[in-house]
Amino acid sequence: MKLFASIGKGWLDGLWAFHDTLAVLGETVCEVLALPFRPRRFRLRDFLVAFQRASFDGLPICIGIGFLLGLILAFESAAALRTFGVETYVADLLAIGLFRELGPLVTAIILAGRSGSAFAAEIGTMKVDEELDALTTMGLPPVRFLVLPRTFAAVFAMPALTIFVELAGLVGGAIVLKMMDVPGAVYWGNVSNTTDVFMIVFSLVKAAFFGLLVGLVGCCAGMRTKSTADGVGVAATAAVVGGIVAVAVSDGIIAVICYFWGV
Amino acid sequence: MDAGYPGAVILKDVSFEVKRGEIFVLLGGSGCGKSTIMKHMIGLNPVLAGDLTVAGERWTAKNRAALCRKIGVMYQSGALFGSMTCLENVLLPLEEFSGLKRRAREEKARSLLADVELLDAAHKMPSEISGGMRKRVAIARAMALDPEVVFLDEPSAGLDPITSSSLDDLVLRLRSERNMTFIVVSHELPSIFKIADRCAMFDKARRAMIALGTPDGLRNSPGDEFVRRFFNRGEK
Repeated sequence: MKLFASIGKGWLDGLWAFHDTLAVLGETVCEVLALPFRPRRFRLRDFLVAFQRASFDGLPICIGIGFLLGLILAFESAAALRTFGVETYVADLLAIGLFRELGPLVTAIILAGRSGSAFAAEIGTMKVDEELDALTTMGLPPVRFLVLPRTFAAVFAMPALTIFVELAGLVGGAIVLKMMDVPGAVYWGNVSNTTDVFMIVFSLVKAAFFGLLVGLVGCCAGMRTKSTADGVGVAATAAVVGGIVAVAVSDGIIAVICYFWGV
Repeated sequence: MDAGYPGAVILKDVSFEVKRGEIFVLLGGSGCGKSTIMKHMIGLNPVLAGDLTVAGERWTAKNRAALCRKIGVMYQSGALFGSMTCLENVLLPLEEFSGLKRRAREEKARSLLADVELLDAAHKMPSEISGGMRKRVAIARAMALDPEVVFLDEPSAGLDPITSSSLDDLVLRLRSERNMTFIVVSHELPSIFKIADRCAMFDKARRAMIALGTPDGLRNSPGDEFVRRFFNRGEK
């Protein structure tokens, strides 16, 4: 009986989290629509601080993981393709894999782990310290003050980081193929033949959308923080898990849509 | 009005009126609902039943923005924004709502910090100052828009007696200089006797407001055993 109760509670909590995220999304959209009319209301300094933390501070880890991703993918695929003597196709595989799928996905997972949790912890601590109440009683909507700058930061940071992950992955693949005596000119030629402007733009737009999801889920988790000893920790965990789930589900939906549209 | 949260009534049939320029204290034991009452009064939670009028206007979702300009709140922890200096904390409501030019805003913020004797700490971060100083900065921020009513949540909590007493002096001075109304949540008897013009007392067990009057009047009141014990620090 206890098991069923906890399953039911888990589902209900999940539904409420989804409900709250939608509510914050709605408020965020309203604030974004109002921005052109009152641009000075945007907290530029908070945005720049959040952007710096999400992008520049996260660059080394993104480059490192992108590089290793390319290296591992190249090793694993080259071993199989070599038996057919077509290891040069590793370049095609890496370019398509990184630009269409893995670049935005892996970057979003890193962003959820680094910045989504940080957003939740920052806002959660503010909530526990009654700072959100202070904003509300001053007549300042917490969404404009806290969620908008951070979500914008995530949206702009994601494409920037994704490009670096993708380039680092390609460099990792190039090193592996160099070790397998595939000339660099052949590798980079194949990469450039496989990729086109649409693929890169698609990758960046997808990355920005994932940034929106990670930012919103992180901020919502922070705003739902409970004033208990483990409240902020629970919120940070919820931000990471929720962010990754949101990104994975939407990536699946995008993949299905792209398949039917023939993109 | 009834106070509490949806599905959990904490206090029933609470009714009192605070006069302009008065220092009115909401008091009672821990968990009796005095902070909950304050949350209703500052518009954080809607009342469960009944009416609530602050600064002459009834709290509704529609006039919330206007009412927020008429009140100032100092929270128990101070609730200063940790990423801003003390001066920036006081400047924030002025930037958003005052319509003053930059120089005038800064002058006003500095004068508010001078009023709470913290001009020296203007460029310090909240983490660099003491709890008592944080509460003073929070009072300066609460007064930034010249509100009609200032709410103070447990101003003495966590402070040593000397700091607590100086905070009481500050409240008395601000009231006499600005003729503001102060509504204070507290259960610190020395502070209550020093600053309160009148107080309302709440009891958790009865889920009701059990007394209303001046601190001296309540202490000497023979009527209610709980009130008498509260004012005599637990002695029967």
